[in-house]
This record gives sequence, C-alpha cells and structure tokens, in this order.
Amino acid sequence: MTCTDFLSQLTDYFDGKVDPKLLAEVQAHICECHHCEVVLDTTRQTIAIYRENEIYEFPTELRERLHTAIMAKCRTPH
Amino acid sequence: MPAIQSPATEEIHPDVALVARAKEGDTAAFEQLVRQYERQIFRVAQHITQNREDAEDITQDAFLKAYEKLDQFQGNSKFSTWLVRIAVNESLMRLRKRKTSKTVSMDEDVQTEDGSIPRDFAEWRPNPEQLYGQNELGDILRKTIQGLPPGFRTVFTLRDVENLSTEETAEALGLSVPAVKSRLLRARLQLRERLSRYFKQKNGGPKP
Repeated sequence: MTCTDFLSQLTDYFDGKVDPKLLAEVQAHICECHHCEVVLDTTRQTIAIYRENEIYEFPTELRERLHTAIMAKCRTPH
Repeated sequence: MPAIQSPATEEIHPDVALVARAKEGDTAAFEQLVRQYERQIFRVAQHITQNREDAEDITQDAFLKAYEKLDQFQGNSKFSTWLVRIAVNESLMRLRKRKTSKTVSMDEDVQTEDGSIPRDFAEWRPNPEQLYGQNELGDILRKTIQGLPPGFRTVFTLRDVENLSTEETAEALGLSVPAVKSRLLRARLQLRERLSRYFKQKNGGPKP
C-alpha cells in the first residue's frame, strides 16, 4: 500500500468502515510508514480539538435575545 | 435462557411529536425545538460565515423559515438535519452577498489540491492543550478554520464539529456521500497542515 492509497482510506478508517480485506494492509502501512502514522495521529487530534473546544461563544444574553426575537416573529400572524 | 426479543419498530425521535404539535399551531412545541437547536444553528452559521452579526441574523431567519415551511417537512429526515440544511443555505447566501465578485457554493474549491497533500510530518508533542492556554488555543483554532475555503469549512463543521453522520451531512448539503467524503478528507488534511505550524514538536522535542 502506498501513502496515497493510505490517505484514500483515512476517512473510512476513522469511521471503522475500511473494507475488511484492506484493513490489514492499512494497519501494516501505519506500522511501516512513520509519516502516515503521524498524519493519522495529528488528523485525529485535529478533529478532537475542534470537537472538544467551543470556539465561538454563545452567551446567555445573546441566546435569550435571539430566542425572544424568533418567538415574537413566529407568534405574529403572517 | 432465550434472548429477549427487542421490538422491531425503530425508536421514534422525540422531535417527531414536537414537530407534529407545532404543525398544528402549537407555538410552545416549536419553542421547545428552538431551545433545543438554537445553539447548534448559531454555531453552524458562525462557522460558515465567520461573522457574528451574520450568524445572529441567520439563526433568526432559519428558525422563521422552518416555522413557515413546517408543512413541507415530510419527516423523511431528522428535523435537526432539515433545520441545519436551511441554516447552511442561508449562510452560503450571506457569503455570496458579501463576496460579490466571487461565487460561493458547495461546488467550488473542488479542483484545488492545495494543502491537501501532507507535507508536515512532525509529531504534536506535547499536546496542544498543554502547549497553549485556552484563550490562545481558541484564537489559533478560529484563525485556522477561517483560512479554509467555505465549502470545506462547511463539510468539516457539520461532520466533525456538529457530529452529523456522513449521510446526514450529505443530505444537509445536497451533496452525494462520495462528494462529502472527498471534501471532508481535504478539509481535515488542510486543517491538520495549518495547525501543525503551531502544534508541532520544536527542535526535536521538549526540553527535559
């Protein structure tokens, strides 16, 4: 398996959906190729860091203001 | 002992009942749906537009549009996916308005391989959270995702930040599953490459 082949399997690998026939090859490539091992690890960290950190605040004051505006418009007959 | 047979029927999502009540004019039921999803819709809009005022307007417009078009919601998909789709369309429309000279659609950026081929192979040690304080880390994450083309940013946001499935992301964006997977791979690799500038192990590792 080449590095390009490995990258094409990366999304399925994260989802646990790699074709069982290919899985052993993917795993062997990770063991053999340090670059791809790093890409795998740092991509995993990229996903985790965005998932775990709320990067845009949604303060209660803003939430209440938007909520009130939305419901006021919904209750107004169109 | 025989295994207990679970009923064959799928579990009904609690939104289904709320949507049914809202369709009959029960605003309290719709209000509950607003409460449930306003944070998510605001976050999606802010991620795509990268503009807080736009995100505020989009959040209002998306819920209002959903309320007005509730009759058109057939229940083939989850209510939340349908709502996200409305918010994404509103967000992309805003981006188009702001960038009059440039088109913004889910189809752009597809040709570019720029940044999608890994070049940085340094490990991230120590962990980014150990390397930076919360505020500084937030700045890095915002700046980095801002640099991503809107089409990629949108796929990454729905799939990885909001944790929609690939199929739900495809449905919300009107794309095929392979198209989502291709954009997602590029988005993840581009973000990884950009973040590596900040997070990579310097000079062979931390000092002892």
